[in-house]
Order: sequence, then structure tokens, then C-alpha cells
Amino acid sequence: MLSKAKLWLSLALSTLMLWSAGLHAAWDLNMPRGVTQMSRDTYDLHMTILWWCVAIGVVVFGVMLWSIINHRKSKGAQPATFHESTKVEIVWTLIPFLILIAMAIPATRVLTAAYDASESELDIQIIGYQWRWEYRYMRENMDEEEVSFFSVLATSRDEINNAADKSENYLLEVDRPLVIPTNTKVRFLMTSADVLHAWWVPDFAIKKDTVPGFINEAWVIVEEPGIYRGQCAELCGMDHGFMPIVVHALEPADYQAWYAEQQAAVRSIQEAAGAELSMADAMAQGEQIYTRNCVACHQAGGVGMPPVFPALAGSAKATGEAAITMETLVNGVPGTAMAAYGRQLNPIELASIITYVRNAFGNSTGDVVQPADVNAYIQEGQ
Amino acid sequence: MSAAHDHHHGPAKGLSRWLFTTNHKDIGSLYLWFSFAMFLLGGTFALVIRAELFQPGLQFVEPNLFNQMTTMHGLVMVFGAVMPAFVGLANWMIPLMIGAPDMALPRMNNWSFWILPFAFLMMVSTLFMEGGGPNFGWTFYAPLSTTYGPPSTTFFIFAIHIMGASSIMGAINVIATILNMRAPGMTLMKMPLFVWTWLITAYLLIAVMPVLAGVVTMMLFDIHFGTSFFNAAGGGDPVLFQHLFWFFGHPEVYIMILPAFGVVSAIIPTFSRKRLFGYDSMVYATASIAFLSFIVWAHHMFTVGMPLAGQLFFMYATMLIAVPTGVKVFNWVATMFRGALTFETPMLFAIAFVVMFTLGGFTGVMLAITPVDFQYHDTYFVVAHFHYVLVPGAVFSLMAATYYWLPKWTGYMYDETLGKLHFWLSFIGVNLLFFPQHFLGLAGMPRRIPDYALQFANFNWISSVGAFLFGFSQLILLFVVIKCVKGGKKATDQVWEGAQGLEWTVPSPAPYHTFETPPDASLIKAQ
Repeated sequence: MLSKAKLWLSLALSTLMLWSAGLHAAWDLNMPRGVTQMSRDTYDLHMTILWWCVAIGVVVFGVMLWSIINHRKSKGAQPATFHESTKVEIVWTLIPFLILIAMAIPATRVLTAAYDASESELDIQIIGYQWRWEYRYMRENMDEEEVSFFSVLATSRDEINNAADKSENYLLEVDRPLVIPTNTKVRFLMTSADVLHAWWVPDFAIKKDTVPGFINEAWVIVEEPGIYRGQCAELCGMDHGFMPIVVHALEPADYQAWYAEQQAAVRSIQEAAGAELSMADAMAQGEQIYTRNCVACHQAGGVGMPPVFPALAGSAKATGEAAITMETLVNGVPGTAMAAYGRQLNPIELASIITYVRNAFGNSTGDVVQPADVNAYIQEGQ
Repeated sequence: MSAAHDHHHGPAKGLSRWLFTTNHKDIGSLYLWFSFAMFLLGGTFALVIRAELFQPGLQFVEPNLFNQMTTMHGLVMVFGAVMPAFVGLANWMIPLMIGAPDMALPRMNNWSFWILPFAFLMMVSTLFMEGGGPNFGWTFYAPLSTTYGPPSTTFFIFAIHIMGASSIMGAINVIATILNMRAPGMTLMKMPLFVWTWLITAYLLIAVMPVLAGVVTMMLFDIHFGTSFFNAAGGGDPVLFQHLFWFFGHPEVYIMILPAFGVVSAIIPTFSRKRLFGYDSMVYATASIAFLSFIVWAHHMFTVGMPLAGQLFFMYATMLIAVPTGVKVFNWVATMFRGALTFETPMLFAIAFVVMFTLGGFTGVMLAITPVDFQYHDTYFVVAHFHYVLVPGAVFSLMAATYYWLPKWTGYMYDETLGKLHFWLSFIGVNLLFFPQHFLGLAGMPRRIPDYALQFANFNWISSVGAFLFGFSQLILLFVVIKCVKGGKKATDQVWEGAQGLEWTVPSPAPYHTFETPPDASLIKAQ
């Protein structure tokens, strides 16, 4: 009896907690107004057309309701015999037409402005992958270090599988957000490495498909510093729901400092790649990378989901020659969901994950692939 | 009547009656029962989706199976439930409405039905194949459906080919029947609107189903024969897929709604006891909508990065659709105005159709405004929009039609109390289900995701409750229909006091063969 009461109590409590956790924005009825001129213009258009619809609805449904109440047979209503009127038909053809013209004019103006991506001050390339985003900052001087990184869901699998409490920004948190300066015209150049994705941040009123083989553009001038969140909006396969977008908008000076920091980090990784990697370090780091990048398809324990996502435990590619494992990781497998990680991970990370899959899940090749080997392999390919 | 002539056989006995039948009424019934079975199957898939979305986190299905459910739900509902149901109504009612003895091509009629179950058997069987069934959405955008699709995609392609062949044959039959087999005196502008809307729908089908067949064939070549129609790495174009798909897909949505307009245009005058207002304008509006449906397809693609001129053209053309659609709604309301209304179940469904289809129309106009569409696109706002026009739109019209003509089909009146119960539960359920989805979309929830951020929890919870209420309410319809087939109060030939048209001049139930001699021209009145 006691355990039953306990069960009910905990059920009620957790319901209550879920309820209050959702309270802050859970009853939102409308679109956000956003933080750019474009998002405010979009919001205003949305409200205008909404109110037109409400007005028309009130008239049409009003007449209908009037008939339903007053012209019912049970009240003794006698049917009228009229059944056509060219005049009336012309009137109710013309009025909607005029309303639509009144809507089309501001819509055309806003759309034309959205399409003017000229004179941008900063260009960032956005590349969609199954199921992560890559951000590459375009350099003016090709001798500078290139700042580019991948942005991956940071919500743990335990939260998703209900094994842990859900954090405030459940499914809307990434390991490395995109960072942009405020009050600067930033142009995004979008493409995809595999299937279609769509990059969407509601507060910017930007949603654009990333299409393999095409480069689409969009632009933004964010007025307020802050953290803005969005999600992939185009079905892109299994983990479509798990590739969020997070953008940090910083004051221009803060942005410059952040950017310089990133360039310094690129330099230090290049230096560290010359050092020897131990088995323990490689396995520890490899496991983290596996959890972040690989587990969605190859599953915990490396069992995979055959035939689409092959098992790694005991696989020929993972237990054969190191060069084959390296090739698979660096170049991916064309025509499958296996992405090329040569650009996504740095040489130390690549060496770790290669070592990890060769020595985890019961695989035991015993060798440690070194960052220098990976670097040599990549350079050979170029 | 001549129906009892000795050289005219009644239906054959047993299974062979249904396998070999060339009778339009039998084939109509087959289509209707098949589509109802598919409606329940597609509905089951939907309930799996709504169960998973009841609360945040992954509870019942893993993401890959979730994607198979959304894909199968869409495909089964569009190709298995709504389209065959309207073909079933066309088979039953068009010959009765135009005074013809049967469809023009009865053997092809049998064939076009009997390939359908095999197509769906093949498509649904992919769920049990290695790698699972189609998981790329009912729109099957390349390259997710080609390079990255599961091995079963080939079976999906073949199933689509068969469904397309069935639809084209059905459409040819409808056109041949309407153009050649009208009774003397049944001029085009005296045809009931259901016949008109189906004539136009049939032309749409013949125009666009071959495009669908073409696009899936191109997929087949990309998958198996090394072509690169949609593969950018081989010089192909993933956006081309979308242009081709939506050139089929947009007329397709009108294929699913125009016959519904016809049904409602029959029911509202009957229960208003008043002639349909603006018959001529209804015909012209239907034709205008059909024409416009061919030049608006890219409004499904406002975010793919079309040039500005393209965006503007498709925005203006799409907004124009509101004009003829508005004319239809105004005409229905004007028909009710100063009528003598009663509210039997078909009328309740028809009125709900007008109101909720119009709500879906409003969100349609909102979606046409391109810059705002950037925010709505691929969110639950779109899901709410097209479900409003398809469920309380097309599906409600099918239910209205079922209750309206059921006495003519079975010879018995259905249980009015249960019919009304079915209506009210469906009405409440469908609004609980889909209205909150507008809010979810505006707040930023993308469609086709198996799990969502916490701020979307409340409305998803309400939506799922509505889904189960709506879903299980449909069992009442099944019960009412079976009860009505088995017996009840005898229906008169006229059935409804205010009903007009040739189908009400034949006995209830309609004999196996009707109008073997054309009806008297005096029976044919202007609608």
C-alpha cells in the first residue's frame, strides 16, 4: 500500500514539476518579434494578414451563425427562392482581390529587402551535415589562421532517453555556438555536405535551406547582444530533431577578442599535434568523441543498426590495417551517412577516435595512431 | 421498373462477386471500404506519432521508426484513404447523378481498384524489411530518399507507380463517363456540382500523375542505374526534385479537395431547402482553382533559394487562389442565408467543413505571404494548416457524404443519435488536435521531429489528447455504417425532404442496375 501511495505521490510531483518547468514560455501563442529589422517587419506583416483574416472570418461566420440561429426550419422559417446575383458575385470577387493587393505591396517591399545581401561586413559559411552544423569564418587575408568549427547538440542522451532530468535548454544547447558581432551586417553562405537541411533562427526571421551543390545566402544585423536559439527545419534523416542552432551575438569589441582567441587556439593545436599521444589519453578522448559524433548511428557498444549503419565491433574496417580505419574516418564513405571527419575533427581528435574504435567494443588491435600519422595521411591526400 | 427483367442477373455469389465485378456500385463500395481500412491504418500510424509526442523525451519509438511513421501516415492517408474514397463516391454517385447505367469502362474500373490493395500491401510491407520502410517524409525529397534512402525505397517506388496507374485509369473512366453517358437533357450546366468537380479533378489527375511517375522513375535510375538527376556530386540538382514533386503535389492537394466542394454543394442546399446560390460561379471558380493549381507549386519551396522574381511570381499567384475559393465559401453561406435549415448529421459535417476549411484557407493566405512564410515554413503551423483543409476539410466532407447517401446505398436510415455523437466527438477531437499546433508552429516547433524542447510541452500534450479522442471516435462511424447495412428504419426513395437530383428518383436501396433506360428528361432540373 505504502509503495503505491509513494508511486502516486511521485507521479503527481513529477507532473507538477514538468508543468512548472514548462511554465516560463509554454503557453506562447504567437511568433517572436525578434531582434532584427527583418524579424520585426515579418512580425508586422504576420499580424496584418492575421487581422484581415479575423475580420473576414467575423463577417462570413457571422452571417452563417445568423442563418443557423434564425433561419431554421424548427422556427418556422420558409426558404427564400433567390439563387443567383451577378452583382453580388462581382462584389465578393473584387473585395478580396483588393485586400490581397493591399497585402502584396508591403510583402513585396519586405521580401525585396530580405534579398539584398550586398555590402556585408562579415561573411560566414554554414554547412549542414547529418546531424551538425559547421561554421567557417571567411578570412580577408589567406595567411591568417582559419577559424572554423562544428556545432553539435550538447544535450545528453540520458536526458533524451528520460534517464536524467531535462535541463532548461533541453535539445536547444550545442557544444560550440556560432558567435557573431552585433550591429554588423553578417552574411551567411549556406550549403550542405549530404542531404537538405534548413538553418533557422526565429529571432532573426531567417530560414534557408542548405542544398548540396548550391550556395544560398541570407543576412542579418542583430541589434541586441544575446543568445538566440533555433533548429534544423528540413527533414534530414534520423537525427533531424537533434541538430539545434545557437548563436551568441556579442558587442563588436567582445567579438574581436573572441575571434583573436580562436585564432590563437588554432595555432596551439597545430603545435600540439606534433606531440606523442598515449593509449590512455587516446581512449579517454576517443570515447568522448564517439559519444558526441558516432553513437547516434553506430550505437552504444558499437553494435550499429545494420544494414544502414554497420556495426564497429569486430568490423574489418576497424580491426584491419590502421590506414583503412584512417581512410574511413578522414574521407567518409561516399553515398552513405558516414561523413568525412577529416575536416570536422583536428588531428589529435582524429588520432584519438581512430585509436578508440580500433580498441573498444572488444576490438583489440593494440596500436595507437598518432596525430602525426593522421597529418601525414591528410597531406598525402592533398 | 425494368430492373427485374429476367435476363438481368443480380450480383454473383460469394467472393467472385467482388473479384470479378464490373458493377459501378460494387466497385464504389470496394473503394469506400478499402479507403476506410486505410484511414484506420494511417490513423494508427498517426497515433503512434502523437503518443511519442505526448511529452518531451523519447518514450515509445526511436527516431528512425518515428520518421517511418510520419512518412507512412502521409502516404497512406493521401494515396490510400482520401483519394480512393473520392473515387468510391464517384463510382457510386456519378452514374446515378447523370442518369447513366454504369461507368463507361467497367472492366478497367475493376482493374483500377484491384491493383490498389497490392500496391499498399507492398508499401506497408517495407516496414518489416531490413533497414525499415521509407523514412524521408511523404514528400520524399532527394537526396535523402535516393543516395541516403533505405534499401526498401525501390518497393516504395514501385508501389507509387501502381497507385498512379490506378488513379489515371480511374480518372479516364470518370471523364469518359461524364462526357459520353449523360442522359438526354443532362447538359453540362445542369450537372450536379459533384459531377463537375470530379470532371475537373479527373483532368488534374491525368495531368499530374504522370509527373509523379516520372519523378519516382528518376529516383529509381539514381538509385540503381548510376544516373545523377538529383545528385549534386554528379552534376544533378536536388532542387529539380522539388520542382517536379510539387508540380504534381500542388494539383494533388486540389485533387483531394475539389470533390469535397462538390459533396458540400449537394448537402448544403438539401438541408437549407433552397437552391445552391451561384451555380455558374461555382463551376467557374472550380475551373479557376484548377488552373491556378498548376502555377503555384513553388510556394512549397520559398526557402530553397529561388531568385526574387520567382518568389514574387509564386507569391502573387498563390494569393490569387483566395479569390475563387472565397467565392465558393460566400456562395455556400448565401445558400444557407434565408433557407429553412435542419441539422441532420450530413449537414453538421458540411457546416463544420465550411467553417474549418475556411480556417485552413486563412492560414493558406498567411502562408502565401513569402517573407512571413520564412517563419512558418516547415513548422507545426504548416502541419496545422494542411490538416485543417484535409481532415475537417476533405475527410469531414467524406463523412458528410457517407451519412448523406448511406440510406440510398443500404435502403435503411442510419442511427441519427449515434451519427450526431460521432460528429460532436470528431469536431471536438479534431480541434483539440490541430488548433494548438498553430501555436506550436508560431512558437518555433519544427515539423517531423520525434522530440522537442520543453516550451512546446503543453500544447503537444493537448494535441495528443485530441488525437486519441478523434481517432477512437471513428470507430463509431464504423459501427453506424455496419448497423445501417444490417437494417433499421426503411429509407424512402427521396430520403431527404429537400434533396434534388436523379439519384433520389431511384428506389432505396438503389437496385443493382439503374437507368438501363434513360430517365425522363422532365426529371432533370437546373441545380
